[in-house]
Amino acid sequence: MTEPILKLEGLKKYFESTSGGIFNKKKGIVKAVDGIDLEIMPGQTVGLVGESGCGKTTVGRTVLKLYEPTEGTITFNGQDITHLSAHEMKPIRAQMQMIFQDPYASLNPRHTVGTLIGATFEIQGITPEGGIKQEVERLMERVGLNPEHVNRYPHEFSGGQRQRIGVARAIALKPKLIVADEPVSALDVSIQAQVVNLLDDLQEEFDLSYLFVAHDLSVVQHISDRVVVMYLGKIMEDANKHDLFRAPRHPYTKALLSAVPVPDPKKSRAREKIILQGDLPSPMNPPAGCVFNTRCWKVQEQCRVEVPPLLQIGNVQMGNGHRLACHFPEPA
Amino acid sequence: MSQPFLEVKNLTVSFPTEDGLVRASNDISFTVARGETLAVVGESGSGKSVTSLAVMGLHDRRSAQISGQAILNLESGPIDTISASPDVVRKLRGKSMAMIFQDPMSALHPYYTIGDQISEAWRLYNDGDKKAGIKRATEMLDLVGIPGAAKRVLEYPHQFSGGMRQRVMIAMALVNNPSLLIADEPTTALDVTVQSQILELLKNMQKEFNMAVILITHDLGVVAEVADRVSVMYAGKIVEQAGIDDIYYQPDHPYTIGLLNSIPRVDQLEGRRLIAIPGQPPSLISLPAGCSFRSRCSFSSQVPNNLCATAVPDLDQKISGHFSRCHLTEDQLKKARVSTGAVL
Ligand SMILES: Nc1ncnc2c1ncn2[C@@H]1O[C@H](COP(=O)(O)OP(=O)(O)OP(=O)(O)O)[C@@H](O)[C@H]1O
Ligand SMILES: Nc1ncnc2c1ncn2[C@@H]1O[C@H](COP(=O)(O)OP(=O)(O)O)[C@@H](O)[C@H]1O
Ligand code: SF4
Ligand code: SF4
Ligand SMILES: [Mg+2]
Ligand SMILES: [Mg+2]
Repeated sequence: MTEPILKLEGLKKYFESTSGGIFNKKKGIVKAVDGIDLEIMPGQTVGLVGESGCGKTTVGRTVLKLYEPTEGTITFNGQDITHLSAHEMKPIRAQMQMIFQDPYASLNPRHTVGTLIGATFEIQGITPEGGIKQEVERLMERVGLNPEHVNRYPHEFSGGQRQRIGVARAIALKPKLIVADEPVSALDVSIQAQVVNLLDDLQEEFDLSYLFVAHDLSVVQHISDRVVVMYLGKIMEDANKHDLFRAPRHPYTKALLSAVPVPDPKKSRAREKIILQGDLPSPMNPPAGCVFNTRCWKVQEQCRVEVPPLLQIGNVQMGNGHRLACHFPEPA
Repeated sequence: MSQPFLEVKNLTVSFPTEDGLVRASNDISFTVARGETLAVVGESGSGKSVTSLAVMGLHDRRSAQISGQAILNLESGPIDTISASPDVVRKLRGKSMAMIFQDPMSALHPYYTIGDQISEAWRLYNDGDKKAGIKRATEMLDLVGIPGAAKRVLEYPHQFSGGMRQRVMIAMALVNNPSLLIADEPTTALDVTVQSQILELLKNMQKEFNMAVILITHDLGVVAEVADRVSVMYAGKIVEQAGIDDIYYQPDHPYTIGLLNSIPRVDQLEGRRLIAIPGQPPSLISLPAGCSFRSRCSFSSQVPNNLCATAVPDLDQKISGHFSRCHLTEDQLKKARVSTGAVL
């Protein structure tokens, strides 16, 4: 059996935090990621979805060791990287890259595109075949940028083009895994499709794995093989996208999917939505029992006292299983 | 439909800048009746906000050049908010027309309680002391579905979540029962779960107050859910305008067809490749001659005599109530719809 490219076991990331605003500061622990088990197979795209603040970005950043994990283990390509130092991480960084939401903030405005893409090689001390300059131009061409613009600065590019620069940097070292955190959220619809198609093509070309973080379920559905639904730092459901979107079994997934607007007026009129009441509880003070119980439309007494375990049916990594954390799931 | 409440006629807004004149909103005409929702869609920079700020009289007249009309058909008679004096327009704002914005935090004052802010808006137009204002604010919070309203009127904006702040904005906009509500990307910053709460609330409020609503958004899913009619904007102009079903099932403009083909959709699981619109919108300072969409349009070669490059197409009514700004004939458009395949 093939080994997963990424394996997370019991991953936790807690932040010490002061919350509240200017008037009432509270100190506490934010359980941003609270015990995540996840395996991603080579060439697979796993979408990570959930409401704002549920811990998606924190998972991505912890995987890349941009955050030090609080607990649990991260195994990348068979190697335990949980406690590697920044120095020890350097060769591994080449194999796992990140694409960020805001293509502008993630690019140094004082450097030309050529310098920005070329720096990826310099940091790693790698000279690509044919030299850096030639490789940079090849990469620009590959992501749909005009190589003649190699000496331009980020502000001279549109949002979609800047995201292409980010993509060129991410694929420069031929990584095995890319964590893409809301890579198309800041782009206009007509431009989103260009970047989504590019990410699709690159995956095939380089046999990449993606951890694709986004709150837009339509985009996630399109690009992912498998989708993981998070709520308050925990996994609620995990299944291949067809199972998850056709027959969601967790009450939270079902509500979340029913809220996604469908660009078809007749279908939209015919649809029944499950409108969740209230807001996400504070991750500093998550509910006892099932974390979703304060908003769940199927809640029972048991849910308030007993944490539902994340049970696995079949083999979810291989695309024929389902993981689910609920005492009263919807029928399969 | 009865006489429209708002009639926008040939509205044009330009901003002189160092680089040249920015034609942000270019010869815009549309109407909205009470009880009706008009969605305005288009990518960022297409002029959606500039158009609505002009209707609301919120542009700085020293930097914005505005022409055309935006007529409110009030019971007391019509008033054009473009040519009326700033004083008159200020009095209309809040009472006859109100607007809510994408980012509620920037529109709420951090140091005043929610109750004070809503009550302040009410007392501009109503006789009543502070106590009556707070009572009215509590009613409004209750109406927009904030639990424990009596207690929460005393709290500050930072104590509210994003979705609740958007509810507060709606409460504040509706406190004087305006006849027209302009909602500029009211749910763009929100999660889908909260978005559906807010859209539901807006629908209910529209019924309750029989308002004319203009909903500005770039989300074609949201449009399908709430709009009666749609205006599609591109590079400062309306390129297509039609009833909701026509826009989705009989789109007439190549840009609209392109948009519908380019979005991933949860209701279509089979991995069809997205059909992206190539390129990017033109600069509003140096708009190309002819059709603004030409550099991205895959049908321009079907129009004879290179017309797309030389003549700006008019916003023509091809069938009743359905307007499109394109040189293609209805027959060619039918073929265009079919050939791209993805549109239902
Ligand atoms: N550096 C930090 N210090 C303290 N708390 C943090 C930090 N980073 C994140 N958090 C908190 O951890 C939780 C999860 O945040 P995270 O950014 O992972 O959410 P997310 O799912 O990516 O949300 P979004 O959809 O808004 O991007 C939130 O409550 C957030 O406020
Ligand atoms: N005060 C201003 N001065 C110069 N240009 C402006 C001003 N306000 C808006 N614009 C420009 O007008 C165009 C339309 O903007 P806007 O209506 O905000 O777009 P959107 O459709 O995203 O709401 C954009 O190119 C924008 O940069
Ligand atoms: S365990 Fe109970 S509260 Fe949690 S999702 Fe299932 S039914 Fe709802
Ligand atoms: S006028 Fe020409 S370029 Fe413009 S949308 Fe129609 S066919 Fe395309
Ligand atoms: Mg995030
Ligand atoms: Mg805008």
